[in-house]
Formats: sequence, C-alpha cells, structure tokens
Amino acid sequence: MTSNARELAQIPSTPSGRRNLIINGAAEVNQRSTGTVTNGEAYGAVDRFIGFAAAGGTFTLAQSTDSPDGYNNSILATVTSADSSIASNDFYGISQRIEGQNVYHLGFGSSAAKTLTLSFYVKSSVTGTFGGAIRNSSGTRSFNFSYTVNSANTWEHKTYTIAGDTSGTWLTDTGIGLRVSWSLGDGSDRLQAAGSWGAGNFAGVTGQTNLITTGSATLQLTGVQLEVGSVATEFEHRSFGEELALCQRYFSLNCVGTGTATSTTVIQAQIPTIVSMRAAPSIAIVDGTNAAGDPGIAFRNLTGITGTVNSNLNGVSVQLTCATTNSGNLHEVYANRLSFSAEL
Amino acid sequence: MEDMNITSAQYFAFNGENTSIVAEVNGIQMSVPLDPANRHYAEILRQVEAGTLTIQAAD
Repeated sequence: MTSNARELAQIPSTPSGRRNLIINGAAEVNQRSTGTVTNGEAYGAVDRFIGFAAAGGTFTLAQSTDSPDGYNNSILATVTSADSSIASNDFYGISQRIEGQNVYHLGFGSSAAKTLTLSFYVKSSVTGTFGGAIRNSSGTRSFNFSYTVNSANTWEHKTYTIAGDTSGTWLTDTGIGLRVSWSLGDGSDRLQAAGSWGAGNFAGVTGQTNLITTGSATLQLTGVQLEVGSVATEFEHRSFGEELALCQRYFSLNCVGTGTATSTTVIQAQIPTIVSMRAAPSIAIVDGTNAAGDPGIAFRNLTGITGTVNSNLNGVSVQLTCATTNSGNLHEVYANRLSFSAEL
Repeated sequence: MEDMNITSAQYFAFNGENTSIVAEVNGIQMSVPLDPANRHYAEILRQVEAGTLTIQAAD
C-alpha cells in the first residue's frame, strides 16, 4: 500500500466536522427548567426546542435524565390535559427552528437541494405510528415523516431520509430556515401522507397516533440529528460548553451587568450578552429577589421592567424597577435573574 | 396553532423617542426591542396588523 493509499484508508467513510444541524440534540442544555405548553407556543424546557399547542389540551416539556445508552438526558413531553376531539386546524407538537444562516447550504428551493437524514431516539408510553414534519418558515412547504413506536416505554432509534425540496421559499438569513417537528396531535387539515413534499402547513401524517388524546401520556426524544446525505451517521456529541454557547445565541440567563439608579425606584443597567445573539433580545425578569445590589448597602428586589433604552446583538441598556434604593448609586445586576431571548 | 398570547403592549420612550415595547407575552412581562428580527416584536406587529392588539402610547 502506498503512503497516499494508507492516508486515504484512514479517512472515515462518513462525513467529518460539523454534521448535525440540530442544536442541543442530546437535550443537555436546559436553562429554563420545566414549562407548560397551552394554547400557543412556548420554549418550555431543553434549549432550542419549542412546544406548541391548541386550546383543547396541554402538555409540559421537561428535561429528563432517562435516556438510552450513550446519553445523559432527553426532552420529555407529558400530556397534562388531553384533547379528545382535536379540531381540524389544530396543532400539537415539539419543534426545533433552525436559523436560515445555518441551512443556506442545503439549497432548498432550488434544483441543487440536498437530501437530508433525520435520526433520533424516541420513547413513548403509547405505541403506534407517529408523524413529524420538515417545514419552511411560512408554512407553505411541508415534508412529513412517520415512525413507529413498537414497544411502550422503550427507547427505539429511528431514521428517515428526506429528499431536498426544490420548490418554495426557504429563508437563508437570521429568520427561520426550516422547522423540524414531532407531532403530538394534529387536526385533519394538518395531515398529509408521509414521504413527499406538499404545499401547505402539514405537521403530521395521515392516520397517525395523536399522543395528546391520552391523559398522562409521554413522549421523549434525544440524540436528535439532522444531517446532509442519505445515511444516518453516529450522533455528533459536542462538548457541553460548545452546545451551551450555541444555545446562548438564542436565549441566555447568565448575563450580568452594572447600572446607576436614576431614581429611588429605577436602575438603568448596561448588560452585555454572553455571545452575539441572533437578534436584539427581549428581556424578562425570571427571579427578582435580591436580583440587584447596591454595593456595600443592600440587595434590591427587581419588581418590573420599565423599558429597554437601547439594544443590539451584543448587549442592552435597560431600565429596571425596584421597590426602593439609593438614587445615584452604582448597582450590580446579577446572573440568573433576567432572561434574554432572541429565539426564532 | 402556533401563536403567542399577547395581552398588553405599551411603547417605552427614552428622551421622547420610542425605544421598546413593554408587553405581556404568555403571561410574562417583557421588554421587547423594536427589531423586526425579534420574534416578539414581529408577532406584536402581526397582531396589530390583524386588528387583535393595540400598542398603547408611552407614558
């Protein structure tokens, strides 16, 4: 064997480098803890995964330590209020919205569209054929995939290969490039047959099992990977720090800052974000107790947000309300008290 | 349904210029920047356009 042949033989047969288009596919990062999804959409638990629900039923999203070999965590959906008669236009599900800048190379919407393969571990208390979808931002293009849960409460590995979409409009900027979703229940207008692209907003497959119709039913996912090609390669485990930083482009709890009390009840704080965010972030108080400090004097409880004075991808200037403090003093704003959201 | 429940929205002005919107989104008060790429701002504008939400003027 020549030296070139030996070197070629050492190149792995599967693509190397960054393969997984999904962020936090092993459900490791969970900045928000548990959340309930009811009549709307909510980033409840496990970063980058969003839940959506209609008015008739509710479910929770949580991080679970129950996982298959080789993983530490999973995302757990639990039906807390069943919807036994799903309306024709209703959706229930879990989704990850992938930024357009991260999928422009797929060539969707052109003749150069690339084939994708989705793989994941699933465990459900309910058996049957389940559905999911790849959709564009506007919900005008949908590809629906199906998978079968053969045994209740047992981890199973699923793969599905998806031909690239040569039609439709697929964003390649900071908007939603594509959505990957797992249906927990869909009305009849939201279903189509698995295995081909359709014009419309279809989240599930015809004849699917609707988890949301069963009270206390559960569905778990982990090892979620979406990659270019027709083969599901081994899950790309990234370091926790790298995965966390990828998530913080969209959501962060750990920003800290300083500011001056402009009155006895308002602190104007300058708070840099940890990484450059996707968009200027929305700010909310998650825990106002002792959230700010009047150094050397007292902790202060934050009771509200007056408004954002200025913001960009790398930081904000925001006016925060507190019960009482010393006007003119420099204050600290601590980590894990405010959320910064630039989610898709 | 893939939607947000926004029950109130009011501009916040600094030095006489609107710089953000303080809104109640899914039961949580948040300060939303006037950035079209921000999903909360985009949804506020969509609901205003649909006639289901009004942004109150700044105090």
